[in-house]
Amino acid sequence: MVAELSVSLWRGGMDGCYETYSVPQRESQTVLDVVTFVQRYIDPTLSYRFACRVGVCGSCAMTVNGRPRWTCRTHVAKVAGSGRLEIGPLENLPVIKDLTTDMQPFFEKWQKAQGVFAPTKTRHEEIEQIRPDSPARRLADAAIECINCGVCYAACDTVRWNQDYFGPAALTRAWTLVNDERDAGGSARLQAVAGAGGCHSCHSHQSCHELCPQALNPTAAIAGLKRRTTAAYLKGEIKA
Amino acid sequence: MNVRLYVWQRATAAVMAPLVLIHIAVIFYATRKGMTAADILSRTQGSIVWASYYGLFVAAASIHAAIGVRNVLTEWSPLNNRHAGRLALLFGLLLAALGTRAVFAVVLS
Amino acid sequence: MIARGTMHRGSALWIAAMVHRLSGLALAIFLPLHFLALGLAIDGEAKLESFLRWTDQPLVKFAEGGLIFLLTVHLLGGLRVLVIENLDWRDGQKQLATIAAAISAIVAFIFLARVL
Repeated sequence: MVAELSVSLWRGGMDGCYETYSVPQRESQTVLDVVTFVQRYIDPTLSYRFACRVGVCGSCAMTVNGRPRWTCRTHVAKVAGSGRLEIGPLENLPVIKDLTTDMQPFFEKWQKAQGVFAPTKTRHEEIEQIRPDSPARRLADAAIECINCGVCYAACDTVRWNQDYFGPAALTRAWTLVNDERDAGGSARLQAVAGAGGCHSCHSHQSCHELCPQALNPTAAIAGLKRRTTAAYLKGEIKA
Repeated sequence: MNVRLYVWQRATAAVMAPLVLIHIAVIFYATRKGMTAADILSRTQGSIVWASYYGLFVAAASIHAAIGVRNVLTEWSPLNNRHAGRLALLFGLLLAALGTRAVFAVVLS
Repeated sequence: MIARGTMHRGSALWIAAMVHRLSGLALAIFLPLHFLALGLAIDGEAKLESFLRWTDQPLVKFAEGGLIFLLTVHLLGGLRVLVIENLDWRDGQKQLATIAAAISAIVAFIFLARVL
């Protein structure tokens, strides 16, 4: 007699609803296994995203029992206390269908925060010598492992309340580039993160830090940006 | 929120930290002593020290509270940034006006 | 209604930020009233004196204790934010937030003990 999970999945677009399915419980089952089971054996019209299934790509992020997380790295035994699961798409993003969201706004804000490397050299010049233990490189390396899964963006209340806000991931990437000696972004990037939607909207709730599957600390990165932009503003290098 | 508002908000916060500690100490002292209005006013009237202290406090609080209110309005109300800014500015001016009047009330004899 | 993310909202730091915001709002609403009360002295000490005697009631003293809690918790929460934003990152934020709330409650309690 196999135990059954009661699984509620979001179906439809922004105006959809939760529908409940019965899924057999198995040992070492992940939430992604559960979603996959529904799509393969119960309702093939279910839409969801995944790729690597082993916790390195970030594609399978969803809201599980109220918390955004990677479903392939979430054991059912850990979260389905009373045999119930509620799974929805990531928050703060438009829903395409069922469990898939439109990541476009997330990446547009990445661009707005100038989270893009601005090169200073060509292939004809000597390669930059970057010491991995230099203070700036340590700061950049501590923040560089972001794979754009969107969990922090979905968890952030400031993103929810302020539609201009770039969000933790975009600002963290900007911070890594601010600390990159090779990058020419300079005060233009600081200006980009010092206006509406920039780093100063962060209230340090630290939901991002608490939930990041890569154990990154966007709150700390954003605090760093606050210090740099303040210094640049007081020196007249950037404007309000 | 932008870097200019952020700098003013954090700076006024830092200025007020010691002012608030002094204020709490004053509250404890005055209530312990069971001070009457006459007791209080006899200390504050004609005092440059109290005038400066409270004057600075009112200025900093007006700016700090106005920016804080602006943040709350932009995030929790349907107002757009410009309207939220205007309403917050009015609130800041109200605080500054009432606060200055209060300082005069206790400092001028 | 869309999917709801709610679990992380019980975290100590989220509560600390919410307390900071709500205490600030409450103080902002209180401040004009405080200034109006002090402004009573503009016509001499009699009006201010009768107002102060009105505040002798226990219920008002409780409210004043509440205000002292709000002021202290807003100050300490604000100091925590200034530390996060201006000094190197330190862990133990949850502990700091809890200590801030505890100190504020103690200060308010001491006030009430002295005036009631």
